[in-house]
Amino acid sequence: MHIILNGEETAISGPTLLAMVKEKGFAPDSVIAEVNLQLIKKEDWEQTVLAEGDTVELLSFVGGG
Amino acid sequence: MSTIKAEDDTLYFGDVAFSSRLLTGTGKFSSRDIIEPMLEASGSELITVALRRVDPKAKEKDILQYIPKSVRILPNTSGARTADEAVRIARIAREAGCGDFIKIEVITDMKYLLPDNAGTLKATEILAQEGFIVLPYMMPDITVTKQLHDAGAAAIMPLGAPIGTNRGLEMKPMIKRIIEISKVPVVVDAGIGRPSQAAEAMEMGADAVLVNTAIATSHDPIAAGKAFALAVQAGRMAYLAQMAGKRTYAEASSPLTGFLRP
Repeated sequence: MHIILNGEETAISGPTLLAMVKEKGFAPDSVIAEVNLQLIKKEDWEQTVLAEGDTVELLSFVGGG
Repeated sequence: MSTIKAEDDTLYFGDVAFSSRLLTGTGKFSSRDIIEPMLEASGSELITVALRRVDPKAKEKDILQYIPKSVRILPNTSGARTADEAVRIARIAREAGCGDFIKIEVITDMKYLLPDNAGTLKATEILAQEGFIVLPYMMPDITVTKQLHDAGAAAIMPLGAPIGTNRGLEMKPMIKRIIEISKVPVVVDAGIGRPSQAAEAMEMGADAVLVNTAIATSHDPIAAGKAFALAVQAGRMAYLAQMAGKRTYAEASSPLTGFLRP
């Protein structure tokens, strides 16, 4: 299955948001996830099943003024 | 005469009280480990962070891990080119547990990095309605100051000079007018490069200043944080003390009694 992750098409094997985040090597604790412009709370990641073509944004807080 | 004493001089954004009038930022530090001691040295109680797409290659902890829980987070909407993008960032930041504070930054001009006041006003309106404590970064303008107040802004943040320039209060005459008319606290944000410039803003009657680049890119950000804190305190005290005006001609400080000469 393919999704658009942070603007780039990428293949994923796990069906859930949590599985995808782990598969791509991110620490779930330090990222924020939006699926199709909807913010998904961390406790819902395991129940969030991704579909072909979904747009996922993984964000985090960085330094800024 | 003002009866306000410096020791019970509390700053409010919305209904949240602050004793420090120095806001800081987390950008441009050579090491994130400096942020905590800088906060301690400066006494700053409100610090900005930004939201970005994660970089799969950079396996860094997120910036919030480096900020003590006693310091409030002021997420900014940097990167937003429209009001809608700023609103989206603000909602994400709140959902992510950053609290109700938001610094609105809507910038379309990527050369000078000057704020888009129209987009800033629109985002302020929407987010204040949603219960955010909105601190809009704005181009100094009297009409927009009034409009931001009416839109529910908790403060007004006019720029001193363009972001990261360390040039100080280039907008001084207009900031003075804004201080005169604003019904919400005025925070001079951006461009303050020296403690003396921060003191000058506070002496003028600014309620607070936001300093990031000047502290973060100094050789010793901990000492710089302390220096800015002292300057902000000195400037505030001078403002409350109501300093006398300038004079054209000399006026003796000592009695010029004539006993030396007949």
